[in-house]
Amino acid sequence: MSGLNPDFSADLGFLKLRNPVLAASGTFGYGLEFASFVDLDKLGGIIVKGLYFYPRPGNPPPRLVESPSGLINSVGLQGIGVHAFCEKILPQLEKIRTPIIINVCGEEDEEYAAVIDFLNKEERIAAFELNISCPNVKQNGLCPGLSAEATFSLVRLAKRTSRRPLITKLSPNVTNIVEIAKAAEEAGSDAVSLVNTFLALAVDVETRRPRLTNIFGGLSGPAIKPLALRMVYQAAAAVQIPVIGIGGIMTGRDALEFLIVGARAVEVGTANLVDPEATIRIIKEIEDYCREKKIMKVEDIVGTLKID
Amino acid sequence: MLKDARARIIHKESWKHYHLLSIETSPIAREAQPGQFLMVRVDSLPYPLLRRPFSIHARDKDTVHIFFAEAGVGTAILAGKGAGDSLDILGPLGKGFAVEKSLKGKTVFLAGGGRGIAPLYFLAQELRNRDIQPKLFYGGRTASDLPLLPKFEAAGFSILASTDNGSLGFKGFVSSLLKEELERLQPAHIYACGPEPMMKTIAACADTRNIPAQFSLEAIMGCGIGACWGCVRRIKRGDKAEWVKTCEDGPVFRSSEIVWQGEDS
Repeated sequence: MSGLNPDFSADLGFLKLRNPVLAASGTFGYGLEFASFVDLDKLGGIIVKGLYFYPRPGNPPPRLVESPSGLINSVGLQGIGVHAFCEKILPQLEKIRTPIIINVCGEEDEEYAAVIDFLNKEERIAAFELNISCPNVKQNGLCPGLSAEATFSLVRLAKRTSRRPLITKLSPNVTNIVEIAKAAEEAGSDAVSLVNTFLALAVDVETRRPRLTNIFGGLSGPAIKPLALRMVYQAAAAVQIPVIGIGGIMTGRDALEFLIVGARAVEVGTANLVDPEATIRIIKEIEDYCREKKIMKVEDIVGTLKID
Repeated sequence: MLKDARARIIHKESWKHYHLLSIETSPIAREAQPGQFLMVRVDSLPYPLLRRPFSIHARDKDTVHIFFAEAGVGTAILAGKGAGDSLDILGPLGKGFAVEKSLKGKTVFLAGGGRGIAPLYFLAQELRNRDIQPKLFYGGRTASDLPLLPKFEAAGFSILASTDNGSLGFKGFVSSLLKEELERLQPAHIYACGPEPMMKTIAACADTRNIPAQFSLEAIMGCGIGACWGCVRRIKRGDKAEWVKTCEDGPVFRSSEIVWQGEDS
């Protein structure tokens, strides 16, 4: 096996990653929280916690409840806003060589655009990931990602504003994921990432109250992996732009499933909370698989699902 | 902050649904401070998915101890582990109890309710090492909820017990016992951990008498390292209150900064 040195890079067209594993937004803080557990330079990319233009208080606790093989959260995108991010966090990320991607949030389309406009000047930022699952104040709290029309107009505005590549992160809480993925592509998105969390509910039978103060939360973790995989497969078959797979990836083999159904890269989310070293372990497990199967390029795995 | 995926349980002691585990993990033990906690993965299966937080009960050269009550799925699985089993742990995490130099030679009160007694043994030892006299108050529902009482006594600590039903020591809440003692003796500081109403009562007593106090708060935690923002508490920062991460900015907070549950802010 000596000399077998496969190419693990993942080419998104607009961005070349040293490997296909990114840390998902909201599960990796601003990256720095993990510096004592993983070598951040070894990751494919880091997508920092969702940023609104203004600081956001987030939801009252309890914000977390476990379900079998899953986690339901209603953190409510608590965050520090773009000013504090640029002042306090970005300078600390200067030394990291891994691409930094900003997860962009907004209460209305104009706020998303304001975040992008404000951050365009920051050279450290490699791309924006548009979080279209934020409750919209002008749409009765519904998020843009639930309709193809709202997705199209938001992505178009974001794309026109952005001086960086744009990834649109899709919500799975839709009837037809293909329609939304296509709307993002038509509006000019450079890639789509999916899925965000599934809207979920947990009840305490003793008190007959919801377990989360916010009532609903987003389900993530291994419980959603088969659902996410199906959606990634459908989206990858329908759009030309790169697809990034997300949903319950805990191991290298989980990540490989997403690559096989057509994802060019993956995001690791909830696994980071369980094991802060998860990203590095998953990268190693993908590498071991490639060496074992004598696969010279990890990209050769993408979209190789065999269906008779 | 370290990860030890193979920390070995070397000793276990149990009292009904209470358990004390001694875990061999020298790097984590060396760094540990009183009031800090560990995140323990109780099993490698995907349910329960998340680690569980436990404050560090005691520390020897190469071992840390955790004391816990079976309260749900995670702690029930952990209760099934014993000497020879290994655990995947992160630690030491969070900000522990602050012990000011000015406390030297003085008496301080430590109050623990139920499993909230856990971090106070480590703290009491540390205080004694620094020539500060801890006086402990340990409360539970019944005598069987005070399994660590003999351990504190054997270690030579001054400790008073209370039970809700009077089966051992003072009859009533530990906060009432502490309040009675405050009539006799003014401590230089109060440290407490336990149910929210107990800590809230003690905070009010401390405030009335202008005694600085620190509380170790409990929260449902996701990651334990500040990444998920799942474990927040209402904490005063300057002139306003905000949701602050218990895992990173706590779990120990000063009474002057805590907004207790049910209070406005």
